Amino acid sequence: MTEILVLILVFVLAFIAGRVLISRVPQMLHTPLMSMTNALSAVTVLGALVLFSVETTLTEAGLGAIALVMVAFNLVGGFAITDRMLRLFHKGDSAQRSSEVRTTGP
Amino acid sequence: MERLPHALTDLGIVLLLLAGVFAFRAPRRARVGNGAAAFAILGSIILVLTRNPICRPGTVAAAAIVGSLAGWLSASRAKMTGIPSIVAFQHGAGGIAAFLVSSVELLRGVTGVARAAGILGLVVGAGTFSASFIASAKLAGRLKGAPTSLKHHGVLVGVCCAAIAALAAIVAATSASAPVLTLLVATSATLGVVISIRVGGADMPVLISFLNATAGLAAAFCGITVGSRLLVACGATVAASGSVLTQIMCRGMNRGLLSLVVQRTGVCGAAAEESRTAAAAAVLSAARAFDAPVGEQHAQAKRLTSTEAVAGAADVGEAPDTAPHEGTVGDGVARDGFEESVAVARDAMRVIVVPGYGMALADAQSEVVELADKLSAFGKDVKFAMHPVAGRMPGHMHVLLAEAEADYEKMIPLETINPRFSDADLVVIVGACDVVNPAATTRSGTPISGMPILKAHEAKRVIVCNLDRKPGYSGVENPLYDMPGTILLLGDAKESLRRVIDGLG
Repeated sequence: MTEILVLILVFVLAFIAGRVLISRVPQMLHTPLMSMTNALSAVTVLGALVLFSVETTLTEAGLGAIALVMVAFNLVGGFAITDRMLRLFHKGDSAQRSSEVRTTGP
Repeated sequence: MERLPHALTDLGIVLLLLAGVFAFRAPRRARVGNGAAAFAILGSIILVLTRNPICRPGTVAAAAIVGSLAGWLSASRAKMTGIPSIVAFQHGAGGIAAFLVSSVELLRGVTGVARAAGILGLVVGAGTFSASFIASAKLAGRLKGAPTSLKHHGVLVGVCCAAIAALAAIVAATSASAPVLTLLVATSATLGVVISIRVGGADMPVLISFLNATAGLAAAFCGITVGSRLLVACGATVAASGSVLTQIMCRGMNRGLLSLVVQRTGVCGAAAEESRTAAAAAVLSAARAFDAPVGEQHAQAKRLTSTEAVAGAADVGEAPDTAPHEGTVGDGVARDGFEESVAVARDAMRVIVVPGYGMALADAQSEVVELADKLSAFGKDVKFAMHPVAGRMPGHMHVLLAEAEADYEKMIPLETINPRFSDADLVVIVGACDVVNPAATTRSGTPISGMPILKAHEAKRVIVCNLDRKPGYSGVENPLYDMPGTILLLGDAKESLRRVIDGLG
């Protein structure tokens, strides 16, 4: 029972901390933020791995394997695409510098 | 005696994760934040692998590799305009995993709170899965984007909810059997379809944010079932993020979350009809005729306007400020619309660009940025006005402009940019309608009444690069089109902007 209480406490604390931090994320990063948290929601991978920690029947293994494929897709795809997006914002920096050079030119 | 070190390492991972989220405050640091979050997940996977023995390691490794490769490929091939669809699809993948893990745990006979959490994880996961896949198909254009209202929508939602409650009660009271669980997954998935199929167009940001929250929630429930603190903490963080974004989107749309599920969304029949009548009256005073057939009464208005237009043609030539001008790409009928746009753009000192979803549809983001850069190079002050719900997901426009190498410091949020519109010499609207519709503040009873808008109508001159004069997703006519300072460049925004850019020389 204490296990469960601890888990619920963890949920509440993480939820509050998450809300406090995320309400300060600027609008321009909302898409990358959603994409990153989307990848985070694939932590279900932990659950899928725990499934395999005991002897599994064939059905369980099948379901678990599908879950693993999905979750790996979500995890890798999510972080990779977030990184691609955030790289764009860095590119914006260099574009700004080059446009400054252009405007100071003749 | 392993408990304390375990708890401490878990805490460390959660702190790393939160630090990653914290880094999302500034674009420069966000990439590090993303890396930190990915590292935290990697760490937690390693922890789980070291703490638990793994049966069938071959299966586990194969599944992980297949999924990772697919994810990597889809991410590296994705176009930035397709991001909303991909994010929705990934939400769905997370949902599938959540309900599968929950059902396996339930079949193994977990008890008490863990069983309750398992049921919730299964229901929320299955609903997230089906709703996300529908949303993804809509966003990718594989399904009709417009809201599809099923007959007796409210009844359907009610029946699904009742069936879910009954089946959940059966699972909770007795031990879970595969057929009952399958039925429960099916009804939850049906509910997801029923809800998401009727959400469309501009309401998409609310739905996609909401699904972000439910995906996190499903993961957290899963975590309670399997007894993993890390899983619960990550799931809760995601749920928090999704809920914050949902709130922001609802505020940006002036729409309650419940209205998305229960009431009619999008075009309100009566309000749209009323707005058409009002617009017909507005047309009378403007030197412009309607393209769309809107009934006998309006046809009369059309004839009247046409004559007025002919009568007022001389005035138009002399005083450009008295009537809206139009240019249509390709036909060359009203070339003066483009010439005037170029002239206005040359004279303007303070320019604000308003991008909307139409920009993404026309794939015109590089032209938008090119125009902005060109005007900046002439020494003008150019800013981008970013409405929170422009596009199909939160922050969608920012990413598209960033891809076209726009400077993110010029992307100004609604609250900051709105006071500047009255000083602006020129506003260039690209593929946006509802977010600049002054009817939101001046008229009541429309679907967009009370929605915060970008006050483009306060600027001296406005250039509208939209495909047509049709109202936006809300169905409310935009009086901005008929204002004297407005130049309409109808047609493909990419071509319209190209002509203006070329005109600037």
